[in-house]
Amino acid sequence: MAESPFKVEIERVKKEYSEKMTPGAVVYLPGSSVVNKTGSWRVFMPEFNRDKCVRCYLCYIYCPEPAIYLDEENYPVFDYDYCKGCGICANECPTKAIVMVREAK
Amino acid sequence: MPIRKVMKANEAAAWAAKLAKPKVVAAFPITPSTLVPEKISEFVANGEMDAEFIKVESEHSAISACVGASAAGVRVFTATASQGLALMHEILFIAAGMRLPIVVAIGNRSLSAPINIWNDWQDSISERDTGWLQFYAENNQEALDLILAAFKVAEDERVLLPAMVGFDAFILTHTVEPVEIPDQEVVDSFLGEYVPKHAYLDPARPITQGALGFPAHYMEARYTVWEANEAAKKVIDEVFEEFEKTFGRRYHKIEEYKTDDADIVLVTMGSLAGTVKEFVDKKREEGVKIGAAKITVYRPFPVEEIRALAKKTKVLAILEKDISFSIGGAVFADTSRALINEKEKPVVLDFILGLGGRDVTFENLEEIVSIAKKAIDGGVEEEVYWIGLRKEIL
Repeated sequence: MAESPFKVEIERVKKEYSEKMTPGAVVYLPGSSVVNKTGSWRVFMPEFNRDKCVRCYLCYIYCPEPAIYLDEENYPVFDYDYCKGCGICANECPTKAIVMVREAK
Repeated sequence: MPIRKVMKANEAAAWAAKLAKPKVVAAFPITPSTLVPEKISEFVANGEMDAEFIKVESEHSAISACVGASAAGVRVFTATASQGLALMHEILFIAAGMRLPIVVAIGNRSLSAPINIWNDWQDSISERDTGWLQFYAENNQEALDLILAAFKVAEDERVLLPAMVGFDAFILTHTVEPVEIPDQEVVDSFLGEYVPKHAYLDPARPITQGALGFPAHYMEARYTVWEANEAAKKVIDEVFEEFEKTFGRRYHKIEEYKTDDADIVLVTMGSLAGTVKEFVDKKREEGVKIGAAKITVYRPFPVEEIRALAKKTKVLAILEKDISFSIGGAVFADTSRALINEKEKPVVLDFILGLGGRDVTFENLEEIVSIAKKAIDGGVEEEVYWIGLRKEIL
């Protein structure tokens, strides 16, 4: 499994992040929303079938989070720390290589 | 040398804006404040004022543009009144929460319905919970002075809150009085440049303003607005002191008049304070121990000053041009809250008067004094007195 291309950045932000309230609740640390892992919001989870994937990148392009990145062979990798389960990737996938599976019981 | 010119309060407000050198003015005309942006646009068109004048399609847009400009890190000014201020309502909370020191001139006017363009304080009083600082001017000079002071208080790093400066519709907005216009250099050194450390637009220093506040953070953000309002009390005293040293005119959060041995103190705001002080002089000549107090700063509410005033007198009569239905006046409610846990306190009476431009006359004030005299001996007949009410048409 490939590593998130944002890993170094995420680690840096986690280290520098502070909850300390500022005047106007201004956030001075760019990218600090990574401390807020949104994966727990998910009800449906994208399940990926590598055999059907034609590497068109549509899922990667459409993911609004972005919680999809590409591995060394340009197959999509799903970052379940941040994937909210919106289903856009599955909807856009032309070969049905991504299907949404109910995660929350 | 400062020059003296005869002008309306609206013009005095525009002059204050010119002297304060805001970079952005976004405004929408509304009676009785229209002359303020009109005069400012004239200053800008003549090249006398280096500001971006944004013409917008509503007051909601005007204050939204002000929020955007202030968030970008520049000094911002606008003016409105009545329905216009009411339309700004939701954005007023945002300006305070984002800690943007915008200054707004308010030509205090009643709210519909029935539609009415004349003076009372319902518009700005109704915005008392937004987090904004509130100043009320007695005359046109005060309108100019308090706008300059408001900028200095609002932009202080211990405060960083927006401020509104109210002056009574028509009684001040459209009445000419001599006003001293201070020298530009003196105002420049008094105010300094606005260089915010907390809110700015700079690609080299990216920040996020106006982000979502989850339940884990929202309450703390609101608490900082509370703290800033508390801090403003001391800052206002300091600024008023510096104002006196710079311009020679002295302001107080509450200005007392002949209160030292007074049995009855008439507490009021705005231009009504002028009438009341003159009335106090008349009653003093008749031997009545009466005084007056003018609330210049309504938010933050001068709790300590109210307590000090209360110690001096037997009756505090609150005279106000606003109403919080089923409660009475807002200033009365605030005054009562300031005194509620005091061991010894005077009788506090609530007088609603002057709504929608109804004149407040000496006859009205005589009636208030006779009610107050009875109250000294414990005779409070009504919880809220409506003064000058035309009962014959009800």
